[in-house]
Amino acid sequence: MSLRYLASRLAQGLLVLWIAFTFSFFLLYWLPGDPVITMLGAGGELQSFDPAEVARLRAEFNLDQPLPIQYLLALLAVVRLDFGTSIQAGTLVTEAIAAALPPTLALAALALGLALAVGIVIAVAATLTRRPWLRDTLAALPGLGVALPTFWVGLMLLQIFSFRLPFFPAVGTGSPAAIVLPAVTLAIPLSAIIAQVLFRSLQNAWIQPFVTTFHASGYTRLRLLLRQALPVALLPALTMGGVLFGQALAGSVVVENVFSRQGLGRLAQTSVTGQDIPLVQGIVLFAAAVFVFVNLITDLTYPLLDPRLRGARRKLETKASDTLAEAADREDAPAGASPAGSTAESASTETEGARA
Amino acid sequence: MSLATELQKNAQLAPTGPGAARPHEDRVPGGGTPGRLRRLTSAVGSTRIGIVEVIAIIVLGLAALAAVWPTLLTSVDPLTGNPTDRLLAPSAEHVFGTDQLGRDVFARTIHGSAQTLSASLAAVLIGVGAGVLIGLLAGFFTGVLDAIFMRTVDVLQAVPGLLLSMAVITALGFGTLNVAVAVGVAAVPSFARLTRAEVIRWRSTEFVRAARADGLSAASVLARHILPQVRGPIGALLALEFGSAVLAVSALSFLGFGAPPPQPEWGLLVSEGRDFLAAAWWMTTFPGLVVAAVVLAANRLSHAVNSEKEFR
Repeated sequence: MSLRYLASRLAQGLLVLWIAFTFSFFLLYWLPGDPVITMLGAGGELQSFDPAEVARLRAEFNLDQPLPIQYLLALLAVVRLDFGTSIQAGTLVTEAIAAALPPTLALAALALGLALAVGIVIAVAATLTRRPWLRDTLAALPGLGVALPTFWVGLMLLQIFSFRLPFFPAVGTGSPAAIVLPAVTLAIPLSAIIAQVLFRSLQNAWIQPFVTTFHASGYTRLRLLLRQALPVALLPALTMGGVLFGQALAGSVVVENVFSRQGLGRLAQTSVTGQDIPLVQGIVLFAAAVFVFVNLITDLTYPLLDPRLRGARRKLETKASDTLAEAADREDAPAGASPAGSTAESASTETEGARA
Repeated sequence: MSLATELQKNAQLAPTGPGAARPHEDRVPGGGTPGRLRRLTSAVGSTRIGIVEVIAIIVLGLAALAAVWPTLLTSVDPLTGNPTDRLLAPSAEHVFGTDQLGRDVFARTIHGSAQTLSASLAAVLIGVGAGVLIGLLAGFFTGVLDAIFMRTVDVLQAVPGLLLSMAVITALGFGTLNVAVAVGVAAVPSFARLTRAEVIRWRSTEFVRAARADGLSAASVLARHILPQVRGPIGALLALEFGSAVLAVSALSFLGFGAPPPQPEWGLLVSEGRDFLAAAWWMTTFPGLVVAAVVLAANRLSHAVNSEKEFR
């Protein structure tokens, strides 16, 4: 992997973050009128607040400066990772986010693991089964999982497994059992997305020539699916990483509310309720940064995991690219074109291997 | 639809709209209806319309009826309750039971559909309006405009939809309309991306280049020749996004950002019932089921329209 490629991806990521900052700045500090009034209380009149307090806040957020200066000052602060101070808590935004992160990370990691397992099982079973009704039922499950409101699923699980059957505690973060129901709730929409993507890409992999070849050479369907088709099919699903992280983060807002857990989602909700503008901006930018980071990691590891792209990349790097746009174009082109071309190639080599 | 059909279509009757759908007439009975209705009937009538699609249409129809004319489905007032009837389990008289103030949950759910569905509809309209405009412009005028628009869309996509909506709500304040705007903003990227992809697909086809060579302005080429091609895929996405909008609107009102409490609103109904989870399961279960049913129906219809498109 060339440094030039890495630099171009990093630049793209930073560009997205910069635009995200610009957006959130104009949306939150400039668009709907006076942010100081918003922060002091929704819908209040300026006269009803202490003028000194208003002036102090105005100076703190540089709102007494002209707009371009305000923007530049805010941008400089963000570059130094200074998102300001939370209005409600009085702590630094970065500290508030860092403090709320661990419980949400644990929840999201557990939910993602669970979702991956369930999603793979559903997709594999739906591909493998020979009974049409079972296949249709399994294929319809993801659609159901996406349509169920997360807050409602959480409350239903609470009702059944906490109140009717006292299996799990209803609230609290103390015991390890308390994380089970929230994680299951969060995992349902995630597993639906994974199952959907994986099912589609398994079906694509299933009609590839190499699968037919393996089938003809005596592989059982299960072994063929797990050993040969699944690794191929998992690769496109990998690109969903950023979306899944985003979904987990957004879902944690609802799930942490339902199960009265502390975490980033809860922090997001209280900051919006209290119209704590610096904190809202910090959380939105954090979410964007996580998305960009996960996508960057996916982009960088994808060629390492996909043997078809390894060769293509090497060829690509020998040609010196001039501009970022050109480089991006060339990155895209072989990525799109290679599966068709090189699958045939890999299929033929695999055929030889199978014969031997 | 093949390129030849399109070229033929444009060569034959470029200025007159109704004839444009002539190739369909042999397949769809009653081809005399205006274009949009025929498109709808061809989407529903000509292909695999199963029992599931029928149920989906019935569910959405009932929900729409409840939103437009709630008194037709229930004569009970949703806001006043009888204190002696508090927390009654579902029965013939109160199908969904009653809440802690003795209000009928069924009546509240029926009356709540107006709030939730109109907010979702407004959100989708905002999303499709802004998204299609951005997509058309970005796809047609490549270069700087495309780059600016698509990086903007990238950013909107980088932030999870619910968080983006919450940020917009922070700026605009609470309330049903603001929730609708917030959800609409979050729906813009998918419409913009789809439209742009479709525009790029059609931009270099012969009939578009012919129209350009004829001296038509960019705006009229977009409106008259490219927009009709984009309409089909957008329709399927519209149904899907409507389902997501219902979910997002009810989630936001569940979190307390929507209409204030006395109002019946689906997410709010579920949220009100959570304090009585152990005592009155019906208060959360039924409104949530209604949300799930509407979302499922919308997704199902989107799927049906989509597969019809592929079939064609």
